[in-house]
Amino acid sequence: MSERENILGRIREALTLSADVPGHKQNNLLQVVSEEEAAPHIHEWLPAVGETIEDGLALFAKNSAELKTDFRLVDSLEDLNAQITEMASGWKKIATHSGELTDAVGDKLGLPVCSTDEGYEASDLESCDVGITQCDCLVAQTGSVLVTARSAGGRALSVLPPHHIVLAQRSQLLPDLPAAFALLEERYASNYPSFISLITGPSRTGDIERILVLGAHGPKQLTVFCL
Amino acid sequence: MTTPVHQFHTDANRAAQDLQQRAQIQSALSSYETACEARKSAFRDWESARQTAAEIKWDAVNHLDQHLREFADKLESRGTQVHWASNEQQARDIILEIIRSNNAHSIIKSKVMTGEEIHINEALEKAAFDVVESDLGEFIVQLRREAPYHFVFPAMHLKRGEISELFNRELGTALTEDPEELTMIARRVLRDKYITADVGISGANFAIAETGMISITENEGNARLTCALPKVHIALLGIEKVLPRLRDLALFLPMLATAGAGQALTCYNSLYGGPRQPDECDGPEEFHVVLLDNNRTQLLADKQQRDALHCIRCGACLNVCPIYRSIGGHTYGTTYQGPIGSVITPHLRGLQDWKHLSSASSLCGACTQVCPVKIDLHHHLLHNRRNAVIDKPVWREKLQFAIFRSVMNRPKLYRFCVRIGRLMQPLHRLVDGTRLDPARGWTQTRKLPRIAPQTFKDFWRNRK
Amino acid sequence: MKVTLFIPCFIDLCHPNVGMSIVQILEQLGHTIDYPEELTCCGQPAFNSGCWDEARDVAVKVVERLQDAEVIVIASGSCGAMLKVFYPELFQKTGCEQAAKSVANKTFEFSDFLVTKLGVTDLGARFPARVTFHDGCHGLRELDLKQQPRTLLSHVRDLELLEMSEAETCCGFGGTFSTKFPMISSAMGDGKCASAQETGAEYIVSNDSSCLMHLQGLLDRQGKPLKTIHLAEVLTSS
Repeated sequence: MSERENILGRIREALTLSADVPGHKQNNLLQVVSEEEAAPHIHEWLPAVGETIEDGLALFAKNSAELKTDFRLVDSLEDLNAQITEMASGWKKIATHSGELTDAVGDKLGLPVCSTDEGYEASDLESCDVGITQCDCLVAQTGSVLVTARSAGGRALSVLPPHHIVLAQRSQLLPDLPAAFALLEERYASNYPSFISLITGPSRTGDIERILVLGAHGPKQLTVFCL
Repeated sequence: MTTPVHQFHTDANRAAQDLQQRAQIQSALSSYETACEARKSAFRDWESARQTAAEIKWDAVNHLDQHLREFADKLESRGTQVHWASNEQQARDIILEIIRSNNAHSIIKSKVMTGEEIHINEALEKAAFDVVESDLGEFIVQLRREAPYHFVFPAMHLKRGEISELFNRELGTALTEDPEELTMIARRVLRDKYITADVGISGANFAIAETGMISITENEGNARLTCALPKVHIALLGIEKVLPRLRDLALFLPMLATAGAGQALTCYNSLYGGPRQPDECDGPEEFHVVLLDNNRTQLLADKQQRDALHCIRCGACLNVCPIYRSIGGHTYGTTYQGPIGSVITPHLRGLQDWKHLSSASSLCGACTQVCPVKIDLHHHLLHNRRNAVIDKPVWREKLQFAIFRSVMNRPKLYRFCVRIGRLMQPLHRLVDGTRLDPARGWTQTRKLPRIAPQTFKDFWRNRK
Repeated sequence: MKVTLFIPCFIDLCHPNVGMSIVQILEQLGHTIDYPEELTCCGQPAFNSGCWDEARDVAVKVVERLQDAEVIVIASGSCGAMLKVFYPELFQKTGCEQAAKSVANKTFEFSDFLVTKLGVTDLGARFPARVTFHDGCHGLRELDLKQQPRTLLSHVRDLELLEMSEAETCCGFGGTFSTKFPMISSAMGDGKCASAQETGAEYIVSNDSSCLMHLQGLLDRQGKPLKTIHLAEVLTSS
């Protein structure tokens, strides 16, 4: 018998006796939540988010400030390009992937580009000053950016260079985490990307005396542009 | 050879009197406490969230066979190799075999507690592989050649000066008291390792059955790099990590961050569902998931304590535990410290060898109160104590309680003992607190209370 | 009401004033006291040490004697938790299961009985001192006693309640734990005393004499002036 069958067999045997549901002995709370019952409730317990898109943007901005994410609302592609050009002083090389927004920005800088579209050398990507990506959505509740291997140029582009710039559109802002996971299902359920990540602020650590330091291994800076 | 219980007593006695270390733990945890409370109150209903989380985990663990099968099948359908290990040895062999068959030499690891459980680093080093921990705290304790002090904050016990000296000694870097500079030293050293490593080893915080993905929670980005750059990725996880559905993460990720670190959400929460797919530009060529039992099924068979498998390893129970805060993490001598460690270690590594951890508790229940998935932790410590006595009674204690029973159930004998006790009191003063004192367990640090001239029973009888 | 009083062993032996104060209070409120002299211990030391057979042998006497009581008042949160929370588990699947449940249902810790059951909050006491309150863990977490003792203290004249930051942190007593692991227990107790001292209080008040016995023992050994006193004794001061 395979080890898989051994383990599954031990599990089945162990489960012949049923266990109490936590919290049900003391107070007769609800039944164990089934999928249909749990999902609609989860958002009710999580931290509050506003009703309108404006509330969402305000919350995203507030969370970004706390997380030390540089969040910028821009009116137009021109505005976006102007701001990125200003940031680019001192950059020697950028990394990006092809996409509607990244294409509109990357070429304008006149810097050498490492594109991850067709594969790349890790050391080449590592030598870039910035990784510019798109994303799947922004989450107001937590100030997070949802990226996947497909939407953001693979696994490493958004984590290896010291500065990660996200280009997003206002319509990509979602209120909360349940909405973000619903979007993933809707968009990818038939064939998920092998990598999905919720990025919440620049890389950080508190491993030395619990003192916050940014840029532990990932980007020291995270900039989110919202058109 | 010292047994775990002797070692525990020795270390606990020393640590409990080490005021400096206790102050260090207190100060490290005080900022956590404030942040954690603030995050909990940001939830519209933390208690309902806990209840639902507990119920979802109950479902996961009580239908573990179905969920695991789904998890493994989904992963395999997308090119992942799933391995099953019943024990430590099998897990080590599987991992070594993968590494050897890839002709790999250098290995980068992100934080993996199951790795500590199976002593993978020792096995890899013995086989002459170069293995480096990439999580900053783990990197530090690896350089010190010691175990993590806390399974969430591995280097919590160290001051920056000690870390600076360590780096100076081991890496040859200049001394600095600046945490940022120290962090950057580790960043520089490890950058190179990510790029040159042949294999990345990670753990997982959750295993999503519905979609066949592992979920990794981290702040530093080291796990993301570990899972992105090397051409082989091995994830080692306990079989209890399953969550039924992808959307369950909408609840579990913020709860883990809140309870674990006082954050709304940890910096990176990443899902991995396979090796690099045909339409993707990077990621490992091979993705191996190793599922570890290592006596978890034995804990599963104990229906009373099965909920201990709900644990999401947030560490909240350690952070509030007055015992942990008094004796520190190394004293436990276990992979998992604190209340959850005291509950599960007797199941994972033998009841008789590890039952002392269940006795080393005042049963205050602070752990149970904070557990985000409502594990009945402090009651399980009681259950372990009971099971240990049923399994193998300690005759000295049996005798003690046989006497206790006779005295408490016989009013006349009780009264006689009180009288003897009163007579002994003046004599006791001669030995109070010394090595000759039969009550030294109490009197070493505390004055013994005196038997009142008139007990309550005397008072009541006189009144009548 | 006929109140059956359960006085735990350490109160009987070392802190009889606590029991006397409770008798005084309940009688003043017009209740009759029934005190079963033959009962001494709830069995918790054996229970907490894992010797459930021995614990049951002691507890069964308690259950048999108390099952027909109208209401049971117990002078300790810890022993109260034993009767209310652990007896039903201890007697699970035994002939006493129903009786144990019935005892559990009508058992009240002293402060809970006054505030929740009787609705009494002001006993006309006067205690001119600065005090801080220690929440015994069993009372706090097994019996949900948080407000009850504070409500009673808030009506005591000339008493100033100064909350300590570590009010809900365990004092380190923990029954047999205190002698099996004396150094850990004492380290925890030291933390508690330091937190109490920070408030500037003269007394640590609690509804659990066992915690106080441990804390007083530490304070005496270290020659500290801070004193401990049970809630019931505060409530009978004038």
